Amino acid sequence: MSAPAIWSLAKSSGNSVETRERSRCSRVDNTDVALSWPRRLKKSYDVVIVGGGGHGLAAAHYLARDHGLTDVAVLEAGIIGRGNSGRNTAIVRSNYLTPEGVRLYRESMKLWRELSAALDINVFYSERGHLTLAHTEGTLRTMRWRAGVNQELGVDSELIGPSDVARLCPKLDLACGGMPILGALYHPPGAVAAHDAVVWGYARAAMRAGVEVHQNTRVQGFDVREGRVVGVQTSEGHVSANRVLCAVAGSTPRITSLLGLGTPIVVHPLQACISEPMHPWLDPIVVSASLHAYVSQDARGTLVMGAALDGYELHQPRSTFDFMEELSSAMLDLFPLLGRVRIVRQWAGMADMTPDFSPIMGPTSIDGFFLDAGWGTWGFKATPISGKTMAHTVATGTAHPLIEPFRLSRFVDYALIGEKAAASVGH
Amino acid sequence: MKLFDCPELGERPLSEFVYGGAVRAAPSVDATDDAWAEHVFHRHGAPALRTEWWYHRPSGTWFWVTRDTASDAVAAVRSASTNRTEENAP
Repeated sequence: MSAPAIWSLAKSSGNSVETRERSRCSRVDNTDVALSWPRRLKKSYDVVIVGGGGHGLAAAHYLARDHGLTDVAVLEAGIIGRGNSGRNTAIVRSNYLTPEGVRLYRESMKLWRELSAALDINVFYSERGHLTLAHTEGTLRTMRWRAGVNQELGVDSELIGPSDVARLCPKLDLACGGMPILGALYHPPGAVAAHDAVVWGYARAAMRAGVEVHQNTRVQGFDVREGRVVGVQTSEGHVSANRVLCAVAGSTPRITSLLGLGTPIVVHPLQACISEPMHPWLDPIVVSASLHAYVSQDARGTLVMGAALDGYELHQPRSTFDFMEELSSAMLDLFPLLGRVRIVRQWAGMADMTPDFSPIMGPTSIDGFFLDAGWGTWGFKATPISGKTMAHTVATGTAHPLIEPFRLSRFVDYALIGEKAAASVGH
Repeated sequence: MKLFDCPELGERPLSEFVYGGAVRAAPSVDATDDAWAEHVFHRHGAPALRTEWWYHRPSGTWFWVTRDTASDAVAAVRSASTNRTEENAP
């Protein structure tokens, strides 16, 4: 490991210059996108995608690019990217625990590295290195396990000791308020990205290919005939479609209940906040599952921070002072220098949680109705691969091999994928 | 600090309470595998007014709380620990 710069958008590892070069793409051309908004819905489409977040728009893009399907409408109840796509903390990593999860996120990171060039928009993909801190022997054991699985599957991930942690993150207090840091799982390719650019990049690419994106268009029901979806009722009228992809994150139970389709998904708020902008001082992304806190510093110098999932079900993206209080306490244990730093904004998203912390992807018991859901606290990093594999699944009618294990029916045949390395959940 | 106005305990910080999930009837032991899978994993996750288990840690009391999962408004609270009989089960 080379000694880290206090601040570097492009890391000093081998791919740094390349990454920086790839980021030199055109700026967002809002006029261009604004001109492409369609006026009203057509009577029918080959494919309807419910949900104009990163996942839905990415699926629209890959349907057009990889499968030549452009008679596609994306229906968004509000405005694009205003749900969880604009509420996450924009961290990208692939150091998961289950082989199924690691393979999926590993492929996602390959797409992330090329995304700025592929979408011709700067998504500010910045590889910082990702540290998951261990404060107990038990956590160290799980990290050794994770590092083993990661390395076996070709993901750069290793267990490091306290001195290496201090070298990578000099401002961290290793004593950590009485819960000393014993080591960390270090994942050098861990990255952050600009989530709005991802949403707009995919939307623009899909629109250029002929996909229609309809904002303020709420889905109110579905037409199902003989077990097959044939149409969608919306606030802007009825459309016929034989293939529907549902990618609505925290609104998934509302949509599936319109179809009488059972899922294990429950919705909990997940909160986050940012500090005032600071002089750049934090290079890696730092996570402590034991303290329920994680932080990264974005390109504007603000600290982006989050904690654990809220403890009870609620369909509201509301913020609480309790969250701020608990998070501040944990952050001060990790970084005592933050004592006088102010919080400027906090918000929440609605996380669609599954019992095994893995997503639900693929065909369902209703022909033509495909689900991309259960993305809980881990959806942003999967945006490119979820779009690509769901596009394949919708176009061919068969689950892409990478997502086959994530089928909804695993909850009937007890083939769960216990992902204990998911973000923001206590273990 | 968010407070929860409990009719039995008075106003207490919400952080003293632990959510225990929706109150649901278990299938009989000889129910089909599908019925058991449904009970173990599947949830009615859409917003609804429903009765839930809540535990008050300091006093060790279980409650049945009828709550709207969209608005977070509580409609009724009953102690499950002291009054648990067949008649008043939710």
